[in-house]
Amino acid sequence: MLAHVTTFAIHGVESRPVTVEVDLRPGLPSFTIVGLADRAVREARERVRSAILNSGFAFPPKRITVNLAPAHLRKEGPGFDLAIACGVLAAAGQLPAERLERLAVYGELALGGRLRPCRGVLAVAEGAAAAGFEGIVLPVVHAKEAALVEDLGILGAVDLAEVAAVLRGESDGSAASASTPASDDPGGGVRAPDLADIRGHGGPLRALEVAAAGGHNLLLCGPPGTGKTMLAQRLPSILPPLTRAEAIEVTRIQSVAGLRVGGGLAEARPFRAPHHTISAPGLVGGGTPPQPGEATLAHQGVLFLDELAEFGRAALEALRQPLEDGRVAIVRGQRTAVYPTRFMLVASTNPCPCGYAGSDRCRCGEADVARYRRRLSGPLLDRLDLLVDVQRPTAHDFAAEPVARSARVREAVIAARLRQAARLDGTGASCNAQLGSAQLRRHVRLDGAGAEVLRRAYDRGALSPRGHDRVVRVARTIADLDGSDVVRAGHLLEALGLRQDVLAGASQEAA
Amino acid sequence: MTATAPAAAGACDACLRRSLLVAVVAGGIEVARRQRRPLRDVLALDEDDLLAAVGGRKADELRERLDRSSLVELRRAVELAELDAVCRHDPGYPSQLLDDRSAPAVLYVRAVGGAARDRLEAAVGAAHREPPPAVAIVGTRKASDDGLAVARALARGLGAAGITVVSGMALGVDSAAHEGALDAGGTTVAVLAGGADVPYPRSKQRLWGRIATTGLVVSEMPPGRRPFPWNFLARNRVIAGLAAATIVVEAAERSGSLVTAELAVELGRDVGAVPGSVLDWRSRGTNALLRDGASVVRDARDALDLVLGVDGAMVALERATGAATRPPADLEPRLAWLLRALDDGRDTVTAIAADPAQAGDVRAGLMELELLGLVERVAGGRVRRVSPVLGEVAVRAEARA
Repeated sequence: MLAHVTTFAIHGVESRPVTVEVDLRPGLPSFTIVGLADRAVREARERVRSAILNSGFAFPPKRITVNLAPAHLRKEGPGFDLAIACGVLAAAGQLPAERLERLAVYGELALGGRLRPCRGVLAVAEGAAAAGFEGIVLPVVHAKEAALVEDLGILGAVDLAEVAAVLRGESDGSAASASTPASDDPGGGVRAPDLADIRGHGGPLRALEVAAAGGHNLLLCGPPGTGKTMLAQRLPSILPPLTRAEAIEVTRIQSVAGLRVGGGLAEARPFRAPHHTISAPGLVGGGTPPQPGEATLAHQGVLFLDELAEFGRAALEALRQPLEDGRVAIVRGQRTAVYPTRFMLVASTNPCPCGYAGSDRCRCGEADVARYRRRLSGPLLDRLDLLVDVQRPTAHDFAAEPVARSARVREAVIAARLRQAARLDGTGASCNAQLGSAQLRRHVRLDGAGAEVLRRAYDRGALSPRGHDRVVRVARTIADLDGSDVVRAGHLLEALGLRQDVLAGASQEAA
Repeated sequence: MTATAPAAAGACDACLRRSLLVAVVAGGIEVARRQRRPLRDVLALDEDDLLAAVGGRKADELRERLDRSSLVELRRAVELAELDAVCRHDPGYPSQLLDDRSAPAVLYVRAVGGAARDRLEAAVGAAHREPPPAVAIVGTRKASDDGLAVARALARGLGAAGITVVSGMALGVDSAAHEGALDAGGTTVAVLAGGADVPYPRSKQRLWGRIATTGLVVSEMPPGRRPFPWNFLARNRVIAGLAAATIVVEAAERSGSLVTAELAVELGRDVGAVPGSVLDWRSRGTNALLRDGASVVRDARDALDLVLGVDGAMVALERATGAATRPPADLEPRLAWLLRALDDGRDTVTAIAADPAQAGDVRAGLMELELLGLVERVAGGRVRRVSPVLGEVAVRAEARA
């Protein structure tokens, strides 16, 4: 007797349909899984056997062969448990096979028969809808997430017995809204970080606003403990809210990475701050099976690299392509997984090895500082449009009122983004940070005084050829914040004040 | 190119041979230095004695190597490296070096754009001529920001007053001194330990180029030589010898800069030092010099007093203030206000504009001042006034108090 059940395998951040074929033959009882299954899938045998027995079904004492097709696709993880169990029960005649033809099945089993949460449900549900299934049976904790996909029936179940009831048509499964924990916003209930938590830092806050408005990558430079991390953490709070399409991308990634269990659409932009000991695969993705890296987890959000100079050279170099292309392709043997990586990069660094440059405490010589700065990868620095120095807040600052609130700044940022969107419509770029040299010339108009400022800065040696484009990009954003179509002298002057050639100078000179 | 060929030929064979000799036995001299033999005594020895003293058993071998090396080739190398060779018997050789028996036989001079002899004479004088006043500014490689600012300000003032600034192009104070002189449009001479055609330290390649273009890069070593440690001590005697006064800006207790100061005393030159905190390790050496009788140098005016005397200093001072970067009288009020804020010690964007809404304008204003050459950005996001050339140090001290 033969049964077919369709489930899905995760591939990158998408899913591929996998047909589970279960064949029961008379003979010595055995249970074999074939079809390029990894260890977790082969272990499914034990989970499936126990779950079936503990759910009040009989485990057929036959020769059971399970084939996972297509056979060339490598299958990983425990997401096939439920499909295998359903297949076994259907082949044994304990479940009606007809409904299984029209439903996809996805879930991990506990020995007691309960359905466990698993990764990548949104991707699987999208795959099921695309493959034309009328519904999907999955653990009820994921019902809300799967419900983001339109035109797909969501049949959440608590355990194998409930799945059986659904398949017999006795139940519609637990409703999507039922028993969903309120874990929508991360850290549920706790207020998201807000600029109002910050005292002092007028200069850096303005730079943060400019960075958010133009999507510019940002380098924070300052002594340890001055609040660089605190500033970076609050960047998502002033970025425009996620659009639905962006939110779905974020949800899909977080789901595949196992970062969210239950809950519906992601609402907050992600903020990722990997430790500087991270490896290149950890940062951009990799491993077997390929896993998304921090760059992907920060997609549509902020990737914060604290102590940039401490990161491994290989890791930082690996980050260049994802920064440039907005995606990274991980090639592993027979397959290529593509992960999206469109994030804002915020890096922080000490001004010198001891961190106290500019104060009497600093003991570093010119050579020490130059060596330290050489550790920052030049090409990576090229992608950082803004440099802002962060100083220790004064005692007076701490006593004072907060100087900014996220909501207000966010309004200004959204207005500036709208101006950019209107101007860049049809160019493929969505914000000023993505403008290349040619596009800059076409889309950025300087007035006479502005051009003069730029020329003077260049003549004084305050600006390198590479720095030139960066400054114009940032000036365009400042003009957008100002509501101006033309880039004026004042905008350029501020952009020049935020240029990061000061830091790059040492490394370029040495190169 | 054409200008260099006859000039290189100007150095006489005996002097060129002497300079080659020093290069050939450089390794031996390094051994002698480690044995704490007085370097100037070693360098004052004649050929036979020098070979015997540092060559030891290999003396004959070294002599053979010296005999084999061709002066024609050396001349060609000098020409290829775009250097000029000026020997002791050359009328272009600075007279103030002549009374030192250990002084280099040949000075290899790099002056981009030609006219090396004229420029050398203008900067540090020639034989049979009262040398123009020159000041050496030296100090630690690990200078503090304040130390660098003082060195730069001193050199800027001296440069604007038409005084040549001599230093060693090392990291820290030396480089800051060269930069200050160049910024003020003054003449500066870098004395290198290795060949004048080899920028050392390498990170100062750009500065090396700037100095060679408007000033001079000088060395006693033939072209292409990488320096031994003793070369750094040896070039200090050239720095001290060329200058009428040596000013030490910041120096730790055992610093090469103190060696330069000692050599200046031995050569009968003036020594000045910039006082510093008694708690700061970088001021230990300079404060010790002051205790031993060096002149106190607070700013460029003090330095001018030292080399020109009070009357001469007045004349030079007027010249310098004429060239100074004074804030223009018609400066916009908002920019003038920013300058006042800087003088009050509020030297970062955040300190001037607590409200991020104003931070943009403040940053733009500071940048405008920077483009006007009135302020400069320093480490830690601070902005510093580039005040009138003279008395900068005093102004800053007042602002801080």
